[in-house]
Amino acid sequence: MITGKEHAQVAQPPTGWQTRADIVFRGVAHLFGAAVVLLLAAIVFEVMRHAGSSMLKHRLGFFSGSVWDANRGQFGIFPEIAGTLYTSFWALLLGGFLGVTLALILSQGFLSRRGELVMKNVVELLAAIPSVVYGLWGIFVLVPLLRPFAAWLNEHWGAFPLFSTRLSGPGVLPASAVLTIMILPTITAVAREALAAVPPRLAAAAYGLGATRWEVIFRVMLPTASGGIFGALVLGLGRAFGETMALAMLAGNAQTFSWSLFSPGNTLAALLANHFPEAGEYEVNALMYAAGVLLVITLTVNILGSLIMMKATAGLKGLR
Amino acid sequence: MATATEPRGPAGLQLSLVNTRTLLDRVLTVLAIGFAAFALFPLFSVLYMLIVRGGHLLSPMLFTELTPGAGMEGGGIGNAVLGTLIVVVLASVFSLPLGILAAIYLAEYAGESRLGTVVRFAGKVLTGMPSILAGVFAYAVIVVTTRSFSAFAGGVAMAILMVPTIMLTGEQALRAVPEKMRLAALGMGASRMETTLRVVLPTALPGILTGVMLALARAMGETAPLLFTALFSDYWFDGKLGAPIASLSVLIYNFSGSPFAHLSELAWAASLVLVVLVLALNVLAQVIIRRPKEF
Amino acid sequence: MHRSDRHLLRALLALLGAVLFLLGCNKGSSGQGAPAASSAAAPAADTTITLQGSGASFPAPLYSRWFREYGTKNPNVRVNYQATGSGAGIKAFTAGQTDFGASDAAMTDDEIKAAQGNVVLLPMTAGHIVLAYNLPDVKDLKLSREAYTGIFLGEITKWNDPKLAKANPSVKLPATDITPINRSDGSGTTFVFTQHLSAVSEKWKAGPGTGKSVTWPAKAAVGGAKNDGVAALIQRTPGSIGYIEFVYAATSNQPVAWLENKAGKFVAPTPEAAAAALAHVELPEDLRAWVTDPTGDDAYPIATYTWVLAKKKYGDKSKSDALKTLLKWCLGDGQKLSNELHFLPLPESVTSRVLKAVDGIE
Repeated sequence: MITGKEHAQVAQPPTGWQTRADIVFRGVAHLFGAAVVLLLAAIVFEVMRHAGSSMLKHRLGFFSGSVWDANRGQFGIFPEIAGTLYTSFWALLLGGFLGVTLALILSQGFLSRRGELVMKNVVELLAAIPSVVYGLWGIFVLVPLLRPFAAWLNEHWGAFPLFSTRLSGPGVLPASAVLTIMILPTITAVAREALAAVPPRLAAAAYGLGATRWEVIFRVMLPTASGGIFGALVLGLGRAFGETMALAMLAGNAQTFSWSLFSPGNTLAALLANHFPEAGEYEVNALMYAAGVLLVITLTVNILGSLIMMKATAGLKGLR
Repeated sequence: MATATEPRGPAGLQLSLVNTRTLLDRVLTVLAIGFAAFALFPLFSVLYMLIVRGGHLLSPMLFTELTPGAGMEGGGIGNAVLGTLIVVVLASVFSLPLGILAAIYLAEYAGESRLGTVVRFAGKVLTGMPSILAGVFAYAVIVVTTRSFSAFAGGVAMAILMVPTIMLTGEQALRAVPEKMRLAALGMGASRMETTLRVVLPTALPGILTGVMLALARAMGETAPLLFTALFSDYWFDGKLGAPIASLSVLIYNFSGSPFAHLSELAWAASLVLVVLVLALNVLAQVIIRRPKEF
Repeated sequence: MHRSDRHLLRALLALLGAVLFLLGCNKGSSGQGAPAASSAAAPAADTTITLQGSGASFPAPLYSRWFREYGTKNPNVRVNYQATGSGAGIKAFTAGQTDFGASDAAMTDDEIKAAQGNVVLLPMTAGHIVLAYNLPDVKDLKLSREAYTGIFLGEITKWNDPKLAKANPSVKLPATDITPINRSDGSGTTFVFTQHLSAVSEKWKAGPGTGKSVTWPAKAAVGGAKNDGVAALIQRTPGSIGYIEFVYAATSNQPVAWLENKAGKFVAPTPEAAAAALAHVELPEDLRAWVTDPTGDDAYPIATYTWVLAKKKYGDKSKSDALKTLLKWCLGDGQKLSNELHFLPLPESVTSRVLKAVDGIE
């Protein structure tokens, strides 16, 4: 119980100590915010330091070439760029859809409070599984599982570009599938937080007007939380771009790009993981060039995403 | 379904499957649960695979014995479990302050400012960074300068992977705290710092924790960062943070591909232990920080 | 203080206690295993010497076993080895981050120059590479030189190709497509295999050539990560064939092909045949020798040494002494463990040369 005397002490103009502490805290917060930028800058610098010589040598041919041959000094990453974008696209499509669905189930009263908590932990378990284990699971379980379906689709609908090759093992489909699973916890968790942050009175109002649960979801919850959900998707996409170990084992390491889901391919991160340990100086420089390209792709996609976000949420201000 | 004796309410409030809206609602619910089950099937498949292949090695000996050599019987993963915990503590010491304070900056001070946008973008680009790059960077900055592989470098590499997720999810969690709570605290005479630390941060803690746990779970399962920085050690941690240290992720990387059955079984057991460890950390943290009641 | 604060404090204290308890356990049980017998030449002082090595993953199982065994006999020497890949091992060794390295491809002249020549290459053990395949009804597939080079060049695409049938008259080879499986990551195994292919096929030499990773010409080629990835792919891909280290085929009973050697004979990939290949090799002064196309009727064509990289001069006498004793043990008693782990013991002629080189380390 706060006494009258304490009331007077609490509600008073800021003391000198408080003002100074505020300034210091503000400075510290700015500093740490800047530190993150500095970290990125340091990493970019380190990458550029090695990539520089390779960039001068290979210039733009790097982007259109498809040969990666350290012995001959030929380096090209077109299949990897295409592969990264292609697998991440599928992972985002499927992972985004499933992730938001899971987030809805975890936040819209489908389950009891306890059920939601248990499910939340179950989903986060997906994040706890090591990357290498996903790769192994992909080889031992997923690929054999997919093989009959892939064979059937290839036989009957082979003309369709998505099914135009045989599934011989690792490839776009297993890689995208595992990527989906790996970004699922991120998307689910962040989307769930976004949905939970929607003021309950909005949903309550809608229910009071007689809306069904799914009507509330589609017309109130999703639009209001759209900013956060979009953020979840962007985080998930970033994670998909950077996934290393599992894709090194499942992408197939082929220097080709094909629209077929069943063909082997490669991604930038997998290329790095596969070649870095054994790389000599020239190859390391080329790999750093590729790493730089990946960072630029991530940046570009994020900028595009923000632009889309700004356009889309322009009319939603003031809801809180 | 209304019988003759039940009072009939206004048409829109009746839960009748004949009504299209209700039918749609039910169908969507079934579909959603179906998709969710589909999404979770891989989890159970992976866990099943781990249990079948490595479950039989779960015993206290697993945690008290050192990693065996090829062709040897017995042995365990004790040094790796301890090593992982130590590296996690190191990484948290580096990444939690940085990530949370940066999140506070973004949520409380940055608004729509130029620097804020840049910081946010930096965070998003960093989430997309391949884990191997974090390892290579930490190698170049720390291992090369100290001329030694070390647990310290491993902690730094892991922290680099964790910071962006902690910062971005932390920002969202902080922003979700209703403005009125901040205003109430300020109105009572609290300074900006007191408001942030005593009111906003505790309220946002469950959300921040989600981000921390996500970051931690991912970092613990990544091999590449530790492979280039902390290497591995077949011995117990001897207190030297400047020397290589064992870890579960590198152990799994080493043993999972081994042609010797005992070693690959240890890898599966280690994977199981890692998953359970992350789950335990998760549950522990959630128990400590209970979600406050909604307003 | 608040109740939740107290809970937090208690949990942290419990965690701290657990960590300290574990640490305490370790101090009591450091150097597991048999009590230290009076071992020859082990440093008598109480200080433990730690030797750190990294490099090739091919010999890692043997090295890890060696160092554990050596550690039980000499508890004050801790030897650590981590497989990071030959390239990374050479880099770390050259930069002084490790005390010794290991490489399947020895070191190139450039790499030796980068280490200022302060390096001695020591063959420690050897192994051979086999071609494993997945054809359920075919035992003891025989592949002529023309056959296996053709398969990896992508020129032979079906199993019932006449070139393959020629060497296997008693077997009905199916009409399935051949899926050649190679390594997706850079590796010493690829280096040795492609080096052999370059030696036996002009076309290969002019084409993909020798390297830790090359461009594989076959259209149907698929890449697997590391030896076990390739082995797993072969097991799960009908009609596939790939190159893996012998130990992976031996422990999984994978069917492997008989290869035609220089003398025109088809040889099964047994350890004896591989040892026969290495026996004829003349080691030059710097101990870098490649057996790209061995002579001899019973020689298996694809075998190789693997090297440990040590400094010629260490600044630290206790360290160099410990390392020398360790290496001598590996070259002596250690070789007895080779067969158990499916590696090849070094021929006597080679061991004596290497021991002499070890003596030269300061």
